[in-house]
Amino acid sequence: MNKYLERLYNGVIKENPTFVLMLGMCPTLAVTSSAINGLGMGLSTMVVLICSNLLISLFRKVIPNGVRMPAYIVIVASLVTVVQFLMEAYLPSLSASLGVYIPLIVVNCIILGRAESYASKNGPVLSVFDGIGMGLGFTVGLTIIGLIREILGAGTFFGLSFLSSFDGYKPATIFIMAPGAFLVLGFLVAGMNIIRKKMDAKGKPLAAPVGCMSGDCAHCGQSAACTGKSQPAPAKKATVTETAASDENKEE
Amino acid sequence: MSTTKVMLCVIIALLPATIFGIYNFGWRALLIIAVTIASCMLSEWIFDLIVHKKNSLPDLSAVVTGLLLALNLPSRLPWWEAMIGGIFAIVIVKMLFGGLGQNFMNPALGGRCFLLIAFAADMTNFNAARYESYSGATPLAMIRNEGTSSVNIMDMLTGKIPGTIGETSVIAILIGAIILIIFGIIDLKIPAAYIITFAVFMFLFGSERFSITYVVAQLCGGGLMLGAFFMATDYVTSPITPMGKIIFGICCGLLTGIFRCFGANAEGVSFAIIISNILVPIIEKYTVPRAFGVVKEKKVKVKEAKGNE
Repeated sequence: MNKYLERLYNGVIKENPTFVLMLGMCPTLAVTSSAINGLGMGLSTMVVLICSNLLISLFRKVIPNGVRMPAYIVIVASLVTVVQFLMEAYLPSLSASLGVYIPLIVVNCIILGRAESYASKNGPVLSVFDGIGMGLGFTVGLTIIGLIREILGAGTFFGLSFLSSFDGYKPATIFIMAPGAFLVLGFLVAGMNIIRKKMDAKGKPLAAPVGCMSGDCAHCGQSAACTGKSQPAPAKKATVTETAASDENKEE
Repeated sequence: MSTTKVMLCVIIALLPATIFGIYNFGWRALLIIAVTIASCMLSEWIFDLIVHKKNSLPDLSAVVTGLLLALNLPSRLPWWEAMIGGIFAIVIVKMLFGGLGQNFMNPALGGRCFLLIAFAADMTNFNAARYESYSGATPLAMIRNEGTSSVNIMDMLTGKIPGTIGETSVIAILIGAIILIIFGIIDLKIPAAYIITFAVFMFLFGSERFSITYVVAQLCGGGLMLGAFFMATDYVTSPITPMGKIIFGICCGLLTGIFRCFGANAEGVSFAIIISNILVPIIEKYTVPRAFGVVKEKKVKVKEAKGNE
């Protein structure tokens, strides 16, 4: 598979941030009370992620290792500010309903995670594709959760009411409240685990959620606090190929 | 005593309240009871089939859950909402956590609270043609809004009041409770601690302070009796240590009092019990009774230490 397309596949399916890696749970649970909110949150995160991946990848040889986290946060925060002002100007209602979660993209662990584990080690084009893939995966995850919660909890589909045709049915309000987010996410992750088992049985295993994305423990900043070091065999193979890939990029 | 026998005893003990509920609210109550029991049994059977577990229907716990859930629902609830409540209680609250014995909260109450949040309007619609004089409000809501003098405590004892199917008649519930105690199914510690704590709390902090009539009305109103005798005493979700049972009862009583006095709703029994259910592991951890001989050992050690000095 083309290595650019592979990044997209990796972000949307294999390492989907919402259902496989379980990253960015705070916005996932908090803003998905409707499909449009999930979509808006996903897309704004995706824009920030693509730009931050590009910038961090470009600056990866300039940023000293010791201050890389503050440097990443400065880059991400500037991008988030731009996105926030754009949303306030052109999508005021969405901006109002997402509220504090837009500024909170700065500390979204998907963005910092991709910066740390991918963009800081790979070339700009691959990093942009990684950002698109991960951003799409996040957007798809949030939109699915938002859609299910909206249909069950408010009886609407992207804001369009369709339940008037079913007489006597009333939407279960609990699904657009906090417990509904946990219920829907739990069932979706359970569904993902079924798919994972089936893929394992077929001999095409999905990535194991190991708490970090690269599996590259030697270069990981959180290595000291990490508990997932004893990885199963398939994950180790992935580590080898990834390090090889990043070595190739460095040679370029 | 086997699980099946215990569950059978609970069903028998619930029969007075059930029969009175059907007499009080008519065929609609019977329909709700039938729907919840059927949906509980069916969803447990299907879940067992899907996950290749041994069929757990014969232990009758699904029937008890369905019956208890139905007794906690208003008779005017649409039947499909009652069905969803039954499915939620069995599949999500009980089976997903590993089935009977593993659930962390009472399935029937979990189902009821789910419905209460999901379909708030239907779950608090107690209108019944029989009780025009009450204008659809439960006695608890009337006490809250108009004071104790607006309700008839005799009616609350016999159960001729609007409310959920099984909670109205204190007498029918007490008959059931006596059956449970005689057969040794429940221990009096939890209900006693619960009811006494609640009564003292309402006496001191209720909206009509130091009024015995108010306390009696609060005790007879709402799901307190049903909750104290049938749901707080659920084996799986209550502590097993004697001291823990008393603490658990006090927790339930305090929370119910707080919810009824200061909460947004007139009723608070179900939320109080499920929150206390969540506290059970902590309560059990700190109330493990000292095993026979442990105290002696400690003393011996101290003596030995002194001897060594």
